[in-house]
Order: sequence, then C-alpha cells, then structure tokens
Amino acid sequence: MTIFKRGFAALAAGALSTALAVPAFAEPVKFDFWFGLSGDLARVVDTLCKNFNDSQKDYQVVCTSQGNYDATLQNTIAAFRAGKQPTVVQVYDVGTATMMLSGAYKPADKLMEENGYKIDYSDYFPGIARYYATSKGEMLSFPFNSSTALMYWNKDAFAKIGKTEAPKTWEDVAADLKALKDAGYDCPMAINISANESWQLMEQFSALHNQPIATKNNGYDGLDARLEVNKTKFVQYVTDLKKWYDAGLVKIKSKDLGQDMVQAFATGTCQLILTSVGDHGTVGRTQKEGMKWDVAELPVYAGTERKNSLVGGASLWVLSGKSDADYKGAAAFLNFIHDPKTALFWSTNTGYIPVTKSGFDFMKSNGFYDKAPYKGREVAIASLTASEPTEITRGIRLGNFTQIRAEFGTQMQAIFANKVSVQEGLDALVKNGDAILERFQQTYPGKTLP
Amino acid sequence: MEKRVTFSKWTIGILFAVPQLILIFTFFYWPAGQAVYWSLTLQQPWGGGNIWVGLDNFRSILSNASYWDSITASMIFAGISTGLAMTIALVLAALTDRQLAGSWLYRVVLIWPYGIAAPALALAFRFILAPEAGFMAVVNQVWPGSWDPGLDGTDAMASIIIAFSWKYVGYNFIFFLAAFQAIPRSLIEAAAMDGSGVIRRFWDIQFPLITPTIFFLLVINITESFQDSFGIVDIMTAGGPANATNLMVYKIYSDGFKGLDYSGAAAQSIILMLLIIALTIVQFRFIERRVHYR
Repeated sequence: MTIFKRGFAALAAGALSTALAVPAFAEPVKFDFWFGLSGDLARVVDTLCKNFNDSQKDYQVVCTSQGNYDATLQNTIAAFRAGKQPTVVQVYDVGTATMMLSGAYKPADKLMEENGYKIDYSDYFPGIARYYATSKGEMLSFPFNSSTALMYWNKDAFAKIGKTEAPKTWEDVAADLKALKDAGYDCPMAINISANESWQLMEQFSALHNQPIATKNNGYDGLDARLEVNKTKFVQYVTDLKKWYDAGLVKIKSKDLGQDMVQAFATGTCQLILTSVGDHGTVGRTQKEGMKWDVAELPVYAGTERKNSLVGGASLWVLSGKSDADYKGAAAFLNFIHDPKTALFWSTNTGYIPVTKSGFDFMKSNGFYDKAPYKGREVAIASLTASEPTEITRGIRLGNFTQIRAEFGTQMQAIFANKVSVQEGLDALVKNGDAILERFQQTYPGKTLP
Repeated sequence: MEKRVTFSKWTIGILFAVPQLILIFTFFYWPAGQAVYWSLTLQQPWGGGNIWVGLDNFRSILSNASYWDSITASMIFAGISTGLAMTIALVLAALTDRQLAGSWLYRVVLIWPYGIAAPALALAFRFILAPEAGFMAVVNQVWPGSWDPGLDGTDAMASIIIAFSWKYVGYNFIFFLAAFQAIPRSLIEAAAMDGSGVIRRFWDIQFPLITPTIFFLLVINITESFQDSFGIVDIMTAGGPANATNLMVYKIYSDGFKGLDYSGAAAQSIILMLLIIALTIVQFRFIERRVHYR
C-alpha cells in the first residue's frame, strides 16, 4: 500500500513539474479551420495551411476536413450549439443565406478592419464579391474556392462534322448534336439530372439569360421571395433538353449508372458536357490518350444578350464567440489567402479560379494561362465577367436552397421518366420549393437579410 | 420454509436499478423528449431561438403529398424485403438443418452478410446493379433499356430491396437454424418412421414448432426495415429517382440534416416512432395468437 502511495505521489509530482516547465516561451495561438473538400483538394488545403503556419510564428491554423460541404455545415452547427465551434469555416455558396441569418458569425470586413488589415474589396471580381456580400455590398465572408460552369467539347468529334469552334447558341448545339449522332457518335452530349446539376442547368442558365429564379431579385430583397422558374426561358430549355434526350442526342450519365459525365467525357464516350471549371484538371489527368478537347462558355439561346455567369464554390466565414487572439489569427489567415501568390498556388494545384483581379493579373503575368494543362481556364474568368452583374445575375439568396436543389433533381427525374410533362414538373418544383421558402421565412420571424 | 432472497426495504431495489435508469433516461427518454419538444416548435438551426407552433409541424407534414408517398414507399419496402429475407432464410436454414453434404460450410458462409456494414454492401450492390457497367449491363445488352434504376422508380426500389434482403437473410438464417436445431430429433425421426416425407415433416412438425422464432423475426425485420435501410438508400439511390426510394428514415435525414429543418424532421421521427409502435402492437395482437409457445 505504501509503495503504491509513494509511486502515486512521485507521478503527481512529475506531472506537476512538467506542467510548470513547459510554457517558458510564447506558444503560437492555435485556431481551427474546418473545410468541406476531400481527396486531392483536401491535400492542397493542408499544404496551404502548412504554408501559412511556416510563413509566421504567431499563429497556427489547424485544418480539418469534414468530408463535404453539407457535413461541414451540419457539424459546424452542432459544434456551435455546443459552444465548440471552429474559428474559421468554409461554407458553400448556397449556404450563404442560412449563414447570414444565423447570427453566428463575425463580419469578415469588420474583422479585417479591427485587426489592421486593409483589403481592397473592389479588387474582387464583382460577380464573385456580390454573391457573398450583403445587399449593401459589405463582405461578411471571404470568397475562397471559386469556379463557374463551362462547356467541355471534344475537338476530334467536332472536327468529324466539320466544326473547329464550339457552338455558341443552343440552336447551334442542337444542329451539332444531330450531326454528331449522324456521324455515328452514340452519346453526343451527356447531362445528369440530380440535385447537383441545378447549378449548371438552372442557376447558370438563368443568370446567362438574365432570367430570375425567384422574385425579390432572387431573394436578395427579402425572405418573402418565391420561385418563378416555371415561367421563364428555363421552361424552353428543359423542353429542349427533354426533346434531345428523347431523340437520343443527350444521354444521362451518373455515378449510379456506372459512369459520371466527367468520366464519360474524358474517356471520349460523350462529346459535350456542362460542368465546373474545377473539373478541368480531372479531365486533363484522366483523358483518353491523345484526345483533343477544349472548354468554352456555356451557350445561350440565339438573340440573347449574354450576362455574367454565377460563381460557385465556397467562402470562408469567421464564427462568433471566439477570443481576440483567435480573431487575430483568423485575420492573418484570411489576409494570407487573399495574397495573389496564394491565388497562384491555389489555382495551380486545383481547378479553381483566382477571385481577385490582382490575383488573375499576377497569374497572367506568370504565364499561367499559356501553358498546356492550364490553358483554357481563363474562359471561366471571361464567363464570370461577361457583364456587370445585374440585380438578378449577382447571385441567389434563398433559404434552405439545398432542399430546393433536391426538389429540382426530383422533378427533373420525374420529367425525364415521362411521369409528368415539363410544365407540370416545373410547376411542382415551384410549389414545393415555395413551401420550403415559406418554412424558412417562418423560422426567422421578423428577421431580414443584411 | 421458503428460501428466497428478499429486500426488506424497497429503497435498496431502487438503488440497484438507478444506474440502469440513468442510462435509459440519458440515452432514450431525454433525447426522445427533446424530439417531441422540437416537433412542437420551429427551431432555428443555429440555436438563435424557437417559436411554439403546437401541432403545425405535424399538420404541414401530413398534408404534404410527398410525405404520404414516402410512407407508401416505406411500407412497400418493409413488406417485400421482410417477406424475401425471411422466406429465403427459412428455406436455407431448413436445408442446412437436413445435414446435407457441406452444410457446415453453408452455416458459416450464410451468416456473413449480416456482418457487412450497410454502406459497404450498398456500394457493392450499386456496382452489381449498375445498368451500364455492372452485372445488369449484360441484361441490358439483351433487352436494351429494361433495367434503369437511374430513372425508373420501380427498378430503384427493387435494387434497395435486394440489397437489404441480402443483408437480413444472414441475420434471419442464424435464428432459424438455431430454432430448427432446438427441435428434438426424436420427433422428426418418429415422423419419418411413420412414413412422412421431408415436406410433410416440415409443415406438420418443424414449422409449427418454430413459430415463436418466425414471429420474433417478423417483428424485428419490419422494425429494422424502417430504420436500418438508411445506409443502403443513402449510397444506392439517395432517395431518387423522383423520390421513388425516399423512405421515411431517409427523408428525416435529408430534411433535418441537409435541409436544416430540425423541427420538421423531429415531427417526422415522432410519426415514424408511432407507426412502428402501432405496427408492433398489431403484430402482437393478431399474429401472436397463432404462435405456439412450448
């Protein structure tokens, strides 16, 4: 018994002395950053964090991947309710409205100002800044990974039908798809119709054609916004897609069926797809040997005055309830990310585009867009800056938009399975989507979007 | 003089029960109570506040046509997958019990599926049943367009039923085999000497004697098919196409966690709980009468 006691006392004394001995010099302030990217992209984020930690001695960011965007938001909410939230969190584009009403953040512009960083907000591409800014133009979060949708086309296949340029209008696309089919291509164009494709099929299409998705300027002017995609040019678009699908010109490709559309394009199975510029690297790495392909801006209907496309991706939010030291670190981290050199690192290693003009210029001056694997990505910038953002093309600010996207997938599947007509399906999308919006509005009574 | 341990004071009994009660309270009654409270309010996801709305959440769910579709889909799924999993397991167990050549091997192998996690087996079945790349691609080559779970709701429902039944065949098999082996050999041998064949012996002796096991598995299978289907649906169909496989438990997840509608999801989970309780009561009330306990 005494031996045990003595041993215990010695252990305790040892523990005490180590505890006293450690903090002789200042430890760097550690703070958490949660993000929603995985695989290759997560490794790039880890490198980015390491670069930040190596660049100075005062702060240390601990970067943790939560797997995907949905899980990041869910876990952050759970952590926030338990008072254990990270300091910085990456929230995807459509979570913006939810974040703005959460009351759980520290405005990014205020944070930077308080900590003595001068950020030139006019340096951001307006299409990107306006998506994340309040209606008054204040930046509540920092744009991080940004992309937009592009059309990928197979040059070899188009050469067979005597074309050397990508189609610019949907009328041209229709003719080309027909020609490709006649030339023996089994899958002229691939699409998918799950919730994820709401982005390129509905949101980007509507922005390019300056068509609203919802009233109240896509929700920027109030929580009482309601969907109206069942009476815009989008109806015509879905009707055409369905017609081309029935004629065998458009095929549905998804992972559940065996091959997603990016794989279908990279292997040369399908000749035309619409997807994010973020897939540019993937196609380049996985393409069939010797296949010639390029990217172009998404087509528009003939006679349309083309507007800017929408930014996709995520922004960085700083959450409330942390210490001043944490906020100093967060500000330093955001400043680091804002640096053009970081933009070059980030875009080189991912398919994402730079978010500031200075970042873009820095990359151009470095010859980034002249080299083979990255050539073509500048089309994304051209698409994003095709016009000044209008009241409608600055973005979408709707509550629970994730659920509306899910509803989009549901109704598109019903339409393509011939269960309902195009108009019936889109009417149902609007009806069910409005119920989601109404519920969101009821959850936040008396609150308004900043 | 009866020798029995008795407690003079009931407080001692309570004290012994306390650890268990605390566990049940913390992990069952408290969360369930929380769910009931949430279902009667509108919760802001970030915890900024809530509003008492009474039964509004239930009203809006029950007046939603897509929720009734979800209930129907869950019922169809529960009925068919329970039937399949139990029938196949029963046949396999009966055959294994007959000590056919190699039955020891079947005994081991047939238990494995239950040991595989739902998402893993769903991934495997997603590949097997993929219309363009997997095993079913062969079928599609013979009859083009006959199998398309990406757009055809019936095909998608069939996929998740197959995957779920496959898993539960293993579970049911263990219980059926144990039940068969608990039947005294002498009964079966006596019947055999009286000249009854295999099928006759099965229906007249074995089947009636294992009805308690059948009843137990029926209750468990139906309950599990409402709850344990989540991993399979999530990986294989994500509720699609066009909500054809949006089972109740998956809808709770997607509305609650993806849609951040905590109150609506809480209300749905209350409804699901009541439904399972009701189904179980019905089974005990009407089916258990036909069960013979020894």
